[in-house]
Amino acid sequence: MTTFTVNGTQQVVEVDPATPLLWVLREQLQLTGTKFGCGMAQCGACTIHINGQPVRACVTPLASAQGQDVTTIEGLGSVANNPHPLQQAWIDEQVPQCGYCQSGQIMSAAALLAKNPEPTDADIDTAMAGNICRCGTYGRIRKAIKRAAGQAVVQNFDPSLEVQHG
Amino acid sequence: MGKWTRRAVLTTGVVAGGGLLVGVALRMGHRAPKLAPLVTGADETLVNAWVKLGADNATTVIVPHSEMGQGAQTALMQMLADEMDADWDTTTFMEAPAFDEYANYAMGKGFILGDAPIPSVLVPTVDGLFFQITKSMHLQVTGGSASIRTTGVYGMRIAGSAARQMLLSAAASAWQVPVGELATSHSYITHEASNRRAPYSEFAAAAAEMTPPATPKLKPMKDFQLMGKSVPRRDIPAKVDGTAQFAMDVSLPDMVYATIQRAPVFGGKLKSVDASAASSQPGVLEVVSLDNAVAVVAQGYWQARQALAKVSPQWDTQGLDKVSSESIFAQFEGDLDAGTERKSDLAAGDVAGAFAAADQVVTADYRVPYLAHACMEPVNATAWVHDGICEIWVGCQNPLGFKHAVAEALSLDVEDVTLHNHFMGGGFGRKASPDWVIQAAQLADKVRRPVQLVWSREEDMRQDNYRPAIQSRFRAALNAQGKPIAWENSYVDKHEPAEAPLIPYAIAAQDIGHVSSPTHVPFGPWRSVDHSQHGFFTESFIDEVAAASDADPFELRLELLSGKPRHQAVLKLAAEQAEWGTPLPKGRGRGIALQESFGSLVAQVVEVTVVDGNVSVDRVVAAVDAGFAVSPDGLTAQIESGIVYGLTAALYGEITIDDGAAVQSNFHDYQALRMNEAPTIETHIINSGVAWGGAGEPGTPGIAPALANAVFNATGTRVRQLPLKNYDLRYRVEEQDEVG
Repeated sequence: MTTFTVNGTQQVVEVDPATPLLWVLREQLQLTGTKFGCGMAQCGACTIHINGQPVRACVTPLASAQGQDVTTIEGLGSVANNPHPLQQAWIDEQVPQCGYCQSGQIMSAAALLAKNPEPTDADIDTAMAGNICRCGTYGRIRKAIKRAAGQAVVQNFDPSLEVQHG
Repeated sequence: MGKWTRRAVLTTGVVAGGGLLVGVALRMGHRAPKLAPLVTGADETLVNAWVKLGADNATTVIVPHSEMGQGAQTALMQMLADEMDADWDTTTFMEAPAFDEYANYAMGKGFILGDAPIPSVLVPTVDGLFFQITKSMHLQVTGGSASIRTTGVYGMRIAGSAARQMLLSAAASAWQVPVGELATSHSYITHEASNRRAPYSEFAAAAAEMTPPATPKLKPMKDFQLMGKSVPRRDIPAKVDGTAQFAMDVSLPDMVYATIQRAPVFGGKLKSVDASAASSQPGVLEVVSLDNAVAVVAQGYWQARQALAKVSPQWDTQGLDKVSSESIFAQFEGDLDAGTERKSDLAAGDVAGAFAAADQVVTADYRVPYLAHACMEPVNATAWVHDGICEIWVGCQNPLGFKHAVAEALSLDVEDVTLHNHFMGGGFGRKASPDWVIQAAQLADKVRRPVQLVWSREEDMRQDNYRPAIQSRFRAALNAQGKPIAWENSYVDKHEPAEAPLIPYAIAAQDIGHVSSPTHVPFGPWRSVDHSQHGFFTESFIDEVAAASDADPFELRLELLSGKPRHQAVLKLAAEQAEWGTPLPKGRGRGIALQESFGSLVAQVVEVTVVDGNVSVDRVVAAVDAGFAVSPDGLTAQIESGIVYGLTAALYGEITIDDGAAVQSNFHDYQALRMNEAPTIETHIINSGVAWGGAGEPGTPGIAPALANAVFNATGTRVRQLPLKNYDLRYRVEEQDEVG
């Protein structure tokens, strides 16, 4: 029996404590915003926070969550009700394409901003290098992180985007 | 192994149909009553096949394309809503259900004529064979960068305009005024003279009784309200807070989980299984043997995965376990030498004469490897066989085709298969073939409760339908002035689009053809299909031709494109924006490439820095002419995406074959480009106004050659084999056998 807190709610689960936390979140707790991508901490799609630190849930045994404070994308904020500044920035910069990696991207970015509110490009590179996006939204992710950090950014999404008429 | 005919038909069909199909989308008569039960809820009226109105005057666009990241659903909504003068804020969309009645009208059977026979007036315009093929193929495909340029242009715009016209007719009749005195805006109809104004919904029922007009009038570009604007994508909010529903997020009562291993050697069969160790694992419900695979069904995915590792399957490799990448390329080399079953793509001018008269001859062989799609979401599907029916939950590029495939595999009537399509976590062509959904259905048929089949990343990587490996051989003849006078090219294995190996350059004598050299490696469409290989080959070799005569690669291309102003314009725009010709410090280089694909033109300039043999890609400047950008930001996003996808492949992508099977298994040995390696990408759009082109694929083909040309510019090493990681760029590589 493992007892831990997920998004502010205490959970008690009876699952083999060696089971990666990813599958407990998805199958037992129905928190499916955290995604399975590789199973070996290579892609970052399963990034969650344990006590505020970003971890890859696909290689984190349930046992290590005992008594800890887990946050998933669902706990970070919701678009309908009080989105996290990063979630709003992701919408403003029109970041997601397929969207599958974006929970993990946002969780990595949230951990970065929590400890470093004004990250440089190099800080962003370091914090985000563990998260793969096969749709290639990296440029927009960078802009969205800067936007959420309140830094001046060149707006990528512009309704009046000028196009050349040939 | 055959060609992927379904997709071939799809793209050639677009060419065959062309402009003749305008107006046909709604021509099959009065279909709304038949379709309405499939898509309408209470208080909703289906005005025509593709649009319904609610009692609250909200518009719903029915979109026959699935979403894998490309954003086409929002763009298609824009096209219909604009022509209909629908209020954007109250317009939403639903994905067309996977019923034959909603086969992709704009691309397949339904598009041409639905179930109706070919009207005699259209017979001369419709390729009879094409019609027969599409009719049997249950097309509901998303691919070929075709959503906007076919469904949008030939379907959505017409449907929107027709709906507006039908609503106007209904209002004119109700108010007893001439149609010409009515105006529409934001889902309302107004009659100024009598000061009347009413919502569309008031006339929806009467409009739905009408037969849609055959050739509704489309707006001229100057009247567009929504088309051409970068409206926010409607699918994005759910993708930032974990609420977007991918197929793997499905949860059903009593559902169990499965994972699977197919014969590692492609084409192999399962001989036997020792299930004893796996069966006794905690949570394991059943070890299931299929013809060519073994699966474990368990209470959870992790339990299934752990147990599958303890199954000891014996495989019949069908004698294919000696094949390797080396043997495959040796076979390609041999077939190119022998000209095995060579077929011509293009023969023009006196090639032999030009080579005889040449002042200089340039030759080169190029190679590219097999590539996996590596979608972020490993393939998965949930299936449930109950009460004589099969329900499927999946994210796929061809819902209707998948439904038919499941029916066939389980010997069910197609009406007894229900398919719920979901967002795809990447598609790129992988999710157009139904192999895994058939597995899920077969497992569900055995265990008789809902089963969610999830492939491990390793299975996803090793059981893909790969982008084919190709070898391509070139020879060019240059005259005394250094100008190319002949272009000769032979390559192995042609798929589609047919025009992929052709070049836009004015070279008088050309001989382009392909030889046959089949392998046992399964293949399928991969973002930009044959353009992904030939774009690299032809745009690298034209650079070699330029280098041989000391010509500037941009200037030579421009000269050989005389008479092609659109090509010249994109090339010039990319070069200007990238400051082509300005000096770069030592160790840095620029490369340029141009590729026309899927109806769009894209030119790219890449800047690299090479330090101690390490390549960093600093900047990519792209210019794109897709005719008209329905959503400029959406087009920009797709060009960025296509570039990163192609750049990953050019730098790292390689599936090698050893002992008949794929070697790579996960992102540690099949690397993907990451944030810290991603270049700055600048996209510049030209709206030339010609026939609208695609967006999802055209960004991909040009990046590999532009990169290779930049590396040559920086280092003097000509990259003739991908991926680039196999090159040691600390010294100048001259020979092919120095690579790898």
